[in-house]
Amino acid sequence: MNTLFDKIWDSHVVTTIEDGPQQLYIDRLYCHEVTTPQAFEGLRERGIRCFRPERIICMPDHNTPTQDQDKPIKNEISRKQVETLERNAREFGLTYYGMMDPSNGIIHVVGPEKGLSLPGMTIVCGDSHTSTHGAVGAVAFGIGTSEVEMALASQCILQEKPKSMRINIEGALGKGVTAKDVALFLMQQLTTSGATGYFIEYAGSVVRCLSMEGRLTLCNLSIEMGARGGFIAPDETTFAYLKGREHAPAGADWDRAVAYWKTLKSGEDAVFDREITFDGSQIEPMITYGTNPGMGMAITESIPLDADPASLEYMDFRAGEKLLGKPIDYVFLGACTNGRIEDFRAFASLARGRQKAASVTAWLVPGSWAVSRQIREEGLDKVLAEAGFEIRQPGCSACLAMNDDKVPAGKYVVSTSNRNFRGRQGPGSRTLLASPLTAAAAAVTGIITDPRALMRDA
Amino acid sequence: MKRKFNIIESTCVPLNQENVDTDQIIPARFLKATSRDEKFFGDNLFRDWRYFPDGSLNPDFVLNNPAYSGEILVAGKNFGSGSSREHAAWAIAGYGFRVVISSFFADIHRNNELNNFVLPVTVSETFLAELFDSIAQDPGTKVRVDVPAQTVTNLATGRCETFELNGYKKYCLMNALDDIDYLLQNKDAILAYEERRAKT
Ligand code: SF4
Repeated sequence: MNTLFDKIWDSHVVTTIEDGPQQLYIDRLYCHEVTTPQAFEGLRERGIRCFRPERIICMPDHNTPTQDQDKPIKNEISRKQVETLERNAREFGLTYYGMMDPSNGIIHVVGPEKGLSLPGMTIVCGDSHTSTHGAVGAVAFGIGTSEVEMALASQCILQEKPKSMRINIEGALGKGVTAKDVALFLMQQLTTSGATGYFIEYAGSVVRCLSMEGRLTLCNLSIEMGARGGFIAPDETTFAYLKGREHAPAGADWDRAVAYWKTLKSGEDAVFDREITFDGSQIEPMITYGTNPGMGMAITESIPLDADPASLEYMDFRAGEKLLGKPIDYVFLGACTNGRIEDFRAFASLARGRQKAASVTAWLVPGSWAVSRQIREEGLDKVLAEAGFEIRQPGCSACLAMNDDKVPAGKYVVSTSNRNFRGRQGPGSRTLLASPLTAAAAAVTGIITDPRALMRDA
Repeated sequence: MKRKFNIIESTCVPLNQENVDTDQIIPARFLKATSRDEKFFGDNLFRDWRYFPDGSLNPDFVLNNPAYSGEILVAGKNFGSGSSREHAAWAIAGYGFRVVISSFFADIHRNNELNNFVLPVTVSETFLAELFDSIAQDPGTKVRVDVPAQTVTNLATGRCETFELNGYKKYCLMNALDDIDYLLQNKDAILAYEERRAKT
């Protein structure tokens, strides 16, 4: 009780149904092309309009190709889904950032970077990684298509209030250890169902010191621990990040907003349904060896002897062996997990002055056009081009391989995305989840490499 | 898909596997549909387990085993983890399942099932293990799910448990009403809420 989660949630409850869920008011609904067509169809069947169109933002991201976006999408079904979203947005009077629009990108990258996701909000989207937006201090979570339809129709959804959990990560992170490694570590510790039923508040000195990009990565992966979502109380880092963003409040409104946002924290006496504390200095660069994101380990370790045999068979790994030194075929930098500017900076820092290994196919996909522009402004595109890497156009890309970026069967990919499920990155593909630094280390050496070995002292 | 629930008595299809994620229930490539066609999604339920890559039937997969049929899917722990895709619930409903029994459901998926008139029934590990045993011994084993009483009974052994279902959802299921029907009747409360908030 008296947690920040309670404060935000309770202030959005319209009514509580007796012996049932609560009716929760939604400040922001994001729509992408995959999980919404049936919801709009539902509105049409019922003959109703959107209740609060100004609170709804639509953009395609899952199907968008990462090359030749100026041309029509070749795959007919993908094209149809994207066109359907555009038609729905127009018909229902909603903001739409189409492909090639300078505002387009992966929703979970675009929302925060445009200041559309703000502290204290409730935010939903038909996508499990909506938890990403929790990094700005919002209660953000994924919903199903029926719930998208509810939000379109009434700006509300019916939900049971999740339990609250606080995860404290104290101490400081070591060299080469990123927010992604922290998340992979938490998944390994908690397993993929360890936080089911909970909403997580991340706290502790490690979290406080994370940049906004790092926080977005951490919150993004909350769902992989089974949690409904995860968030971080807003602080100076949050305010500095949001200030001046296109849709963030400005002028006197900004001052008023910040004054309110500063009240958004858990009380000293807050009681969580569950609270756990980890020592951040124990975390090393992580990598997964199996077929769910909880099957991870420090990159220097050996695959646990009790690892799930079926997963190892799929990955063609053996219990007890090390992954260091194993050849890999693909590298994917991107996704709503690690497709932000800081991720490209990290990747470029290791690639600078080195060459992409000839045996590796690398897909570097910015999370949005804004990220893509910044990469160019900072000259990272040149650094990467000199090292033999090419930057593609933004979208979800190989994260779930709905577009053409599919990893072939049997091939290994070191991926900065969030899921290593069988076939996720293409039928038969074998995914090893890791941070952008670890991905870069693999890309320039062609083998799984501890990124710390390649890091130059800054 | 709206249908009224009362008492369901049926044989079961056993899927004795833990952590069945939504990518397995309905692979991502089937998310490209823009309609809610039940048959389409039902036909592709567990697609990559039901069929080999060349399109031929995998005779070892339980859905292809003629010994098992029914309206109840019995699944291992942590069913429906992973992506929030509601298509997974459409596929389960489209195939003809009305009930899924497991000892643990992933949150979002559980909601998605309920929103699509598939009833997720959470039972104890003991109940689940015994049920898998009963079905293994006799594929004709029946289970009775009594929605009004909120009980689930393994008719082979007589073991009975109560399961959780809030009063609101129970009312919806028994009367074939969905959440949107409720919300649309409740617009005044939403307007009042917005007004209240604008003032603070
Ligand atoms: S990048 Fe991957 S995880 Fe993120 S929204 Fe796209 S498909 Fe989902």
